[in-house]
Order: sequence, then C-alpha cells, then structure tokens
Amino acid sequence: MAWLLCAAFLEINRLKKILFVWCVLHLLASSAWADSKEYVLSNGLKLIVQEDHRAPVVVSQVWYRAGSLDEVNGKTGVAHVLEHMMFKGTNKVPAGQFSRLVAAAGGRENAFTSQDYTTYFQQLEKSQLPLSFRLEADRMANLNFSDEEFAKEIKVVMEERRWRTEDKPQSKVREQFHITAYQAHPYGRPIVGWMNDLENMTAADAREWYKNWYAPNNATVVVVGDVQADEVYKLAQQYFGPLKPHVLPARKPQQEPTQIGERRITVKAQAKLPYMMMGFHVPPILSDSPQEDAYALEILAAVLSGNASARLNQHLVREKQIAIDADAGFDMLQRGKQSLFVLDGTPSEGKTVAELEQAIWQELESIQQSGITEEELLRVKAQVIAADVYQRDSMFYQAMQIGTLETIGYSHKMLKDYPARLGAVTAQQVQAVAQKYLRKDNMTVAVLDPQPITDTKPKGKPHVH
Amino acid sequence: MFTKLFSWVSKTLSLLCFGIIASMLATTAQAGVKIQQWKTAQGAQVLFVENHDLPILDISTGFHAGSARDADNKTGVAGLTRFMMTLGAGGLSDEQIAKKMADIGATLGGGVNADQSSFTLRTLSNQRERSLALDIYRKILQQPDFPAAVLSREKARVIAGIQESMTQPESISNKAFYAGLYGNHPYGKDEDGDLESVKSIQANDLKQFYQQYYGAKSAVIAMIGDISRSEAEQIADSLAAGLPQAEAPAALPKVSYPTAPIEKRIPHPATQAHILLGYPGIKRGDEDYFPLYVGNYILGGGGFVSRLTEEVREKRGLVYSVYSYFMPLAELGPFQVGLQTKKEQANEALTLVRATLQAFIDNGPNEAELKAAKQNITGGFPLRLDSNSKILEYLALIGFYQLPLSYLDDFNQRVNQVTTAQIKQAFQRRIQPANMVTVVVGAESP
Repeated sequence: MAWLLCAAFLEINRLKKILFVWCVLHLLASSAWADSKEYVLSNGLKLIVQEDHRAPVVVSQVWYRAGSLDEVNGKTGVAHVLEHMMFKGTNKVPAGQFSRLVAAAGGRENAFTSQDYTTYFQQLEKSQLPLSFRLEADRMANLNFSDEEFAKEIKVVMEERRWRTEDKPQSKVREQFHITAYQAHPYGRPIVGWMNDLENMTAADAREWYKNWYAPNNATVVVVGDVQADEVYKLAQQYFGPLKPHVLPARKPQQEPTQIGERRITVKAQAKLPYMMMGFHVPPILSDSPQEDAYALEILAAVLSGNASARLNQHLVREKQIAIDADAGFDMLQRGKQSLFVLDGTPSEGKTVAELEQAIWQELESIQQSGITEEELLRVKAQVIAADVYQRDSMFYQAMQIGTLETIGYSHKMLKDYPARLGAVTAQQVQAVAQKYLRKDNMTVAVLDPQPITDTKPKGKPHVH
Repeated sequence: MFTKLFSWVSKTLSLLCFGIIASMLATTAQAGVKIQQWKTAQGAQVLFVENHDLPILDISTGFHAGSARDADNKTGVAGLTRFMMTLGAGGLSDEQIAKKMADIGATLGGGVNADQSSFTLRTLSNQRERSLALDIYRKILQQPDFPAAVLSREKARVIAGIQESMTQPESISNKAFYAGLYGNHPYGKDEDGDLESVKSIQANDLKQFYQQYYGAKSAVIAMIGDISRSEAEQIADSLAAGLPQAEAPAALPKVSYPTAPIEKRIPHPATQAHILLGYPGIKRGDEDYFPLYVGNYILGGGGFVSRLTEEVREKRGLVYSVYSYFMPLAELGPFQVGLQTKKEQANEALTLVRATLQAFIDNGPNEAELKAAKQNITGGFPLRLDSNSKILEYLALIGFYQLPLSYLDDFNQRVNQVTTAQIKQAFQRRIQPANMVTVVVGAESP
C-alpha cells in the first residue's frame, strides 16, 4: 500500500483538487501490507506473494498462460473443458477428491478460463496453504482422468454453454459480434467453444491440451494473505520445485488484418427489447502501438461510462432518454495484442437501435471535435485513486490483478505505476485516441432483432394439481 | 483499469467458471470482530466496528421498507422509492448527486428485497471526502425530492425491464415460483412490481411510502472503518435526526404452508428447461436454523461436494448448476432447489432431484457427511470476515433481524453442536416434499 501511494505522489501533485486527499492517505497508509515479492523456481515457475495481515486467511491462485487464444479451429473450447477435467483425478487424488479435500479444510475453490489464461484458486484459513500447494502441484503434473469422466463432464460443459449463451439473447449477440470483429484472430471465437466442437471433442483432445500447456514453466502462482513471503517461497520449492519443465508449443503471432470498412450483423432471438453493440479495434497495453494510447482509451471509457454522471448515462439515458442503458468498455489487459473499445446499449421504448447508434456517434464526435473537460479528467482520476484504496479490501481481487498482469506478459509491478500513468494522461491525448481509433471503417456493429416467443401455445395445458 | 475491467469482464462473460456456488445462507461472523451497538436519541439502531487498517468508511442503512410492504395494487413502490431517493434530494438533481459522489470517488449502493431497503456508502475516510459524501448520503435519506420528470423516466426503464424479463426463462421461473409459494402473502409480490401497477405509480405514492416506512425507529445503521466511536456517534445521530416521524412498521403476516402440491409447467422455446422446487423455509433467528443450515450444506449448499451436485452433475452430467438453499427472512423465507438442463432430459433430472431430496429427508445425512460439513463451515469461518465489506453485511444483518451480538462468536459452536438426528428431524418437521411448489419453464410433463 505504502509504495503504491508514494509512487504516484508526484503525478498527483498536479491535481490540486485531490492533493489534500492524497497526503492524508499517505499518512494513513497502513503497515498491513509489505511490498509484493517475486520468486522464480529453477523449473521456471513464478511465485508472487503479497502479504496482507488484516485477517487470518490466504488466497492461493495458479495461473496458466493458456486460454482460448491458444486454441485452433475444430477444438474451440478445449481450454475450458480441460479446466473442468482438472477436478477429475490424479493417481494420488481420485476424481471428486480434490474438492472434498479442499472443503474439509474449510476452503472455497473454483477455476476460470478466459481468452488469455486458465486459473485455479482456493481461499483458506492461513494454516491450510500447504494443502493448496500439494494439490495444485499434483494436478499440474499428474492429471489422469478416465474416458468415462470425460464423457460425463463434456455434457456438463454443453449445459454450461446452453445456459450462458444459447438461451441468452444478448450473449448470442456478443458471440456473433466477436466473430465478426475478429476475422483471423482467435479472440473471435467463444471461450466456451462452438457447440459443434464440444459435441465432437474427445478425451484425447483434452489430454493433448494438458500435455502441451500444463507445466511449471507456463504457470504463475499468486498468494495473497496473512503469510510470510519467504515461508511461502520455501513451501513452493517443496511442492512445485520437483516438477519438470518442458518445451511449450510455439505461439504463432496471430494478427488481425486491418479492418477496411464497417461491418454490420443482425442476430434474431426471442426477446422483448432490442440491443446493440458497436466496437472498434484498439491496442491493449501490450501491442505495437504506444502504451499511452491504452491509458488514454482507459480514460475515454471512463468519461463515457465510468460512473453515474458519465456522458452516456447523463446524455442518452437521462437527458435525451433515448436509451434504457448505455455503456462503454475497454480491456487494456490482453495477451493477444488486440483489444476492442466496445459500446453497447438498449434503446428506450419507441426508439430504434439506429437512433441509439446515431446518438452514441454524436457523443463520440463531440469528443473527437471538442475533447473532454478538465473537470471530467479530474473526476476520473479521483475515482482511480479511490478505487486503488478500495480494492485493498479484497485479497482475492489483489491476487486477480497480480495474476492477470503476469499472465498477459506484463509485470505485476504495473500496479505501482498505474495511477501515475493514468494521472499523466491529458485531455488532448483522450481526444487524439478518439480521433485515431473511433472511425467507421474500424467499426463493427451487431444488433439484436427481438423475435416474439411463438412457442407459448401450451401443447399440454399448464396445470395445477 | 481494474474496477472497470472486471465489471466489463463479467458483463461480457469472458470468464467461464467451473461452477456456480450458491451460498445465500452464508451469513455469520467471528470472534475478533468487536461490535459496538447503541441507539440514537431517535431510536435508530447502530452497529459499529472500528477498523483503521484502510483509510475507508463503509456505511449501510436499512429500513423495514421492502417489497413486502407494497400495497396490493401498488407493487413496485418499495423499489422505486428506494431508487428515486438516490435520484434527487435536498434540492440536488440526480446529475449533481452523481457528479459530487464521483468527484470524491465515493460510491453509493443498496437495494430492496422482500424485507428491507438498504443504502450503502463507501468513501475515503479522511475529513474532506467523508464529510462531502455524508452530506449527500444524509440528504438522500432525509430529504428525497421524488421529482416527477425523473420518476416518469425511471418508470419507463423499470417497465422495459419487466417486459424483457417476461420473455426470459430464468425470470419467468422465478416469478412463477414466488407466486406459487406465497400466493397472496406479501412475499409473493415481485420486487420489480407488476406492469400495470408500475404504470400507475405517482410521486405521491413514493412520498407516502417514504413517510410511513422510513422512520428512525426502524432504521438500522451499520458502520465499519477508519473513524472513532465518537465520530461514529456523530454520524449516526446526524443520519437519524432528520428521518420521518413514523412508528416502526407492524410485523408481517405469518406465512401459511401449502396444503397441496403445486406444479406449474410454462412453455418456452429455450434449449434448457429452468426448474425450481420449493417450500416455505425458515425465519431469521429460527430455532431450526443451525440444523437446517448444516443439513442444507450437505444436501445442496456445499458447492461441488453436495449430494445434489454429486447425483445430478458429477454422476450423470445432467446440469452445470444444481443447488439448494434456505433464505431466512423476517417470516418464513423460501427453501429452494434449482437447476437448468437440456429440455429433453428435464423430467429425468426433476425425478432425480426429487428422489435425492426425499432420501435426504427420510434418512438424513450420515456421520461422515456431517463431519465434512462441520469441517468446511467451521474451518472456513475466517473467510466470512476477511474484508470490511463482508463484515458490514453481517452488521446490517444482525441489526436488522435483531440477532444476538454474540451471534458471530457463537457461530462455530452452534454448528458443532448439530447432530445427524437433529438435521433429519428438522428437515422432516419443516419440509413436506409432497406439498412442494414446482415450476418447470420450457419442458412439458412426461
């Protein structure tokens, strides 16, 4: 905590309005946090420990640099399927036992898969950290699930796809939006995979994925909690140290060809309200473009919809009442050197998606032509400062930040620089990125065309008995 | 970056989780949290934990002003009252409130359920931010303006939301479940309100509701953070002082148990059927709370290790998510079992869920299951209190439902005292599978 505040102090000095806040925070910065410590084992496994002594608990996460970004056509969804299979047994810990052991230790656990990574975590009372390391090290090297377990679990994943995507109109629009915006880059494909690929996936596909990507030299372990960093390092050496690294498959640079004209699609689904998404290719923090662009886009997204008083809400929802809701978002942390600046919304009763799109364009053009105000810039920066403090209330969140940054290929030390880098963004830079990237030739628009529910005629009468 | 990032991430569903864990009953706390409790001169109850680890202050103020207080022909008033209070107060417009809060990095939250409405505030704790944030928060609680133009705008948004929800299987099943379980009891009222009712709501309805249900005597002010006891007293006094002069609302009517089974089948073209089963469950402070809580962990609350997950997901791959929970309220809150599955196998899954539930009620858990449940619940206790925001929720809960202050300290001991016989008896006493409410959206009867 202390380092984070100090690091940004000079930048914040320029923001007179909030200088006072900053000084007070600086003084109050608790000694509950030490600096995070980073270690690398001889097999290549990276360990980052953030001590936080506010409560006698620990969060332990294992991050693999393998996500849907690394999949190939015909096997989409395999990263996520393997995530499910990681609970299905090793020689020492048979199927189903992993979760029982964690539960018996009072733990909570889960796992998640993104485009860029697959992560497994446990939250435990602090003395139980060795259990987490023992189980995670075991399944990092010794996963051994049966074909029968695979056959059951792939059905679970198909149910998950139905639940997340098939039956949710806006999720379907998002899926189609991404595959339209990305025509070559793997970010176009759904993380959960196409249903056809899931139906044809085999246990061997999942095992191949595991063999390729699950290795200590492709993993980062993040621990946040009431622990001593050097003790955690010793534990990591004990449990993860003996694992053998192996050569990872080559990662081909996959570039999205420059978009040369706007793209539009329509998705029909049963719903009442229309919905629209529009997106522009923009650089994340790690790309061939200057990093300043990503920071300026971050501010731009916040000015458009970072809080209840931001432009889209204020102008489109409150004043013009053309939208029920409207948002902007941008993910600067992407491993695949690609990101999208996305705006989405639902038009009000009697308004069309075309009218909403036009209204959003008026907002974008206004920034392109006239820029943003100093007041808006200060407001966003004040929120960044507060958010930096607030997020310290969640150990899990701190671990998420560290793990995400490390896995996309950046250093978690970016956390230290982030407020200062954002603080350095000027109104002119925000206007410049709006002009540079928010162009129609670089735009993809997807709209939901709501269909009436035709299947309401009861084939058997609804009955009460 | 991260605040935005993760809200965006969840919105775009770019993270897929291994599973969903329903833990609606997970509510309690621990030794080590020193709760101070007092009443303001106006009768508002205050619960406070002094904690200087972080330079932040969290406040939650709750009122007995949930959707169960809505008049039959004015459903939706409770929810709109709460929301509209934050959109114009003490002469400040919604835009001014939003800007002033954003300028100091403070955040407002809250919501409405059947029992209560709540307003949360998180602010940096230093004098300037804190006092600016509290000025606005106080105006919201004490001087709501309910401007007509804003109301008409927000009504249109609520109406659109209701219309959309009427097409989506998850919300269709929820509405049908509550209507079936509670009938005319106030807990059967939809928190969003009914379409025709919301259309008819006027500013006067909200003003009356506010005057009737937002009195200091029924207010519960929970605070945790970087302030002293005397500062907390001043804040509580200033929040309570300007609230309406209203008596504490009367208790809600008792919930009556169904005397016959109800099964609703609602057609829907979705690929999955949404299935909900339930029965009136327990109250906050209920004498059967601990046996039912521990028992439900074994039945369907314990994440990946519950009986329902084992039978329906692990053994047969029929679902991504199946769960059960008790949601204790002031009166009998619902006991609910839920799942979604490909519609072609909906009846198979439903039969299996019913059989699993019946076996659990008939025979109770075994000793090994009980031991594992106690290990998880008591061993994981520190995780319930590892952040200010979690502790705040417990303070608000203890205050609102007048649970003993020792509730947190006693929790593990109460869990450890539960026996397999108590679980079996409590389930047999409280849940009658023969008279349950069943809702299936998207699949016909076999």
